[in-house]
Amino acid sequence: METAETSQTNALEGKTALVTGGSRGIGRAISLALARAGVFVYINYRSNDAAADDTYRAITQAGFSAALLPFDVADRDQVHTGFKKIIDEKGTIDILINNAGTTRDGMFARVTEEDWRAVVDTNLTGTINCSRSALRSMIRARWGRIITISSIVAEGGNAGQVIYGAAKAGVIGLTKSLAREIGSRNITVNAVSPGFIDTDMTASLPAEYREELIGQIPLGRAGSPEDVAAVVRFLASNDAAYITGQTIRVNGGLYM
Amino acid sequence: MTDDVRRRVISLIVEQLNVKEEACVPEAAFIDDLGADSLDIVELVMAMEDEFDMEISDDDLTKIRTIQDVIDYIDKVHR
Repeated sequence: METAETSQTNALEGKTALVTGGSRGIGRAISLALARAGVFVYINYRSNDAAADDTYRAITQAGFSAALLPFDVADRDQVHTGFKKIIDEKGTIDILINNAGTTRDGMFARVTEEDWRAVVDTNLTGTINCSRSALRSMIRARWGRIITISSIVAEGGNAGQVIYGAAKAGVIGLTKSLAREIGSRNITVNAVSPGFIDTDMTASLPAEYREELIGQIPLGRAGSPEDVAAVVRFLASNDAAYITGQTIRVNGGLYM
Repeated sequence: MTDDVRRRVISLIVEQLNVKEEACVPEAAFIDDLGADSLDIVELVMAMEDEFDMEISDDDLTKIRTIQDVIDYIDKVHR
């Protein structure tokens, strides 16, 4: 079994990854970071072709390898078809990044069923669908990395994000039990929990709220998608061979 | 048919569970006799599904305990 000691810096060379929601924000940064480490990256997205094309070009024009793989992570049939394509083309799926996420913020008392279903379907069910589809290949290969993007809201809570927080806490629970279940097959399962990160998702916040929030961050700034991507790349590497079932917080100290 | 199925099933078991072929007698139980854990069973089932191009439901899975159970099951599905 490979340990951190026996790993090489280029140890991700030749691996295949799927990054769900990989075209924008944190997902885009993860797609780029893995591709630069020599990974063939399938960039999954649901609807924004322009953003996906842009991420694809950023990777391939820099001389790295990627492909676009649009599907809805909440739809089991689409997920199945997407993974089948990866296995047909590459033989294995080595690294799964469950990053696709969505928010429908609002006071819990006013949340509609449509909203909460959309949030749970993408953030939690999507993670379940993709993790399940990735497992067969990883178990067979006796090597795998499943990394799920959670949120500071899962552990710290946030008014207006009750469903989002529940779904993001759900993926931490999934991470821990799955890590126990498949650890013996040399597959690690971890979550990364970002704090306040500059992305499209956070750009819509009012300026005063943003400043107030940054005032509470010990490192004094919002995080960048690259701050999160660097940790994901580390967890995907053999340097992180002995880390499993963990939630790694990348939040500038906002929640400890 | 049955002999062919038996041969393929045993070869999969030997490979997946890393046991000797002599241990693979029809009445051998996967967990009690062949030392399989629950994840081994899942892997074995996945391998069987691939080998015989079929799907084994979780309901049926609970009825499978021994090597003979597997052979009977595959025979029934393929008939």
